[in-house]
Amino acid sequence: MSVELKLDGDKLTAYLTGDIDHHTAAGMRAEIDRALRQNSIKILTLDFSGVTFMDSSGIGLVMGRQKLACELGGRCRVADPPAYISKVMKISGIGRLCEIVDTRAPVRTGSHRAGGEEQ
Amino acid sequence: MKKCINEMKLSFSAVSENEAFSRACVSSFVALLDPYISELAELKTAVSEAVTNCIVHAYRGQPGGVVWIHMRLYSDRRVYIKIRDKGCGIADIDRAMQPLFTTAPEEERAGLGFAVMESFTDQLRVRSSRQRGTTVVMEKTLSEKEKDGYSDLQDTAAGGRKLRAGTSLC
Repeated sequence: MSVELKLDGDKLTAYLTGDIDHHTAAGMRAEIDRALRQNSIKILTLDFSGVTFMDSSGIGLVMGRQKLACELGGRCRVADPPAYISKVMKISGIGRLCEIVDTRAPVRTGSHRAGGEEQ
Repeated sequence: MKKCINEMKLSFSAVSENEAFSRACVSSFVALLDPYISELAELKTAVSEAVTNCIVHAYRGQPGGVVWIHMRLYSDRRVYIKIRDKGCGIADIDRAMQPLFTTAPEEERAGLGFAVMESFTDQLRVRSSRQRGTTVVMEKTLSEKEKDGYSDLQDTAAGGRKLRAGTSLC
């Protein structure tokens, strides 16, 4: 598990990698929140493309970051969750709370999206 | 017809490092049935929810807790998983099973554990008694393999078969 942060003006992207569970979420949360508080962020993007596993702890992670980003005057979005993670997100209805984007879509030519079981 | 063809029991300390360990164990045991990767991901997620509940809720502030997992694989490709703790128990199971209900919002628990277990398995049963603990039983029947026969099981155990690549992980 790790999180890599990239700051671009008022945009912060957190690249999450590895498994997200109750054990690993706490560390990710602390790192993202520190960067959120230290900078004036309008858009926080949680990039899930490198996540290998996620249970509902990941939903808590998104909900919490969305809440904090809002409190600090910004918003949070989720990018590129693999198919099996999308399922957990769908159950949670997190899509109603924050935008889920596919940043890789425009550069793709075929329909062979990684994690392609998603309809 | 519904014969138990394999069984395992596991017990481990209720510490959060073991969430990943328990998933790995369940995953490699279920792999003997040569599941689709999506089915395996669903079972791993359901198990992770149940085990996390034991660690976060059952033994809250109570060191030395133990989590037990008992698994059986049946000849009809049914997977039986029982996850048990001897923790504080659940005061109101119906309420606990309601989506978004959580007793630990400060830890950013989403209150979706049971909803995920329910969605990712065919059957979920929860028994609990105060101060004695909670038992969660989940069952899921894996989809049929392209070619039949459980003779493949030996091959699988020997590492001869790979997981079906019907779906890709990422």
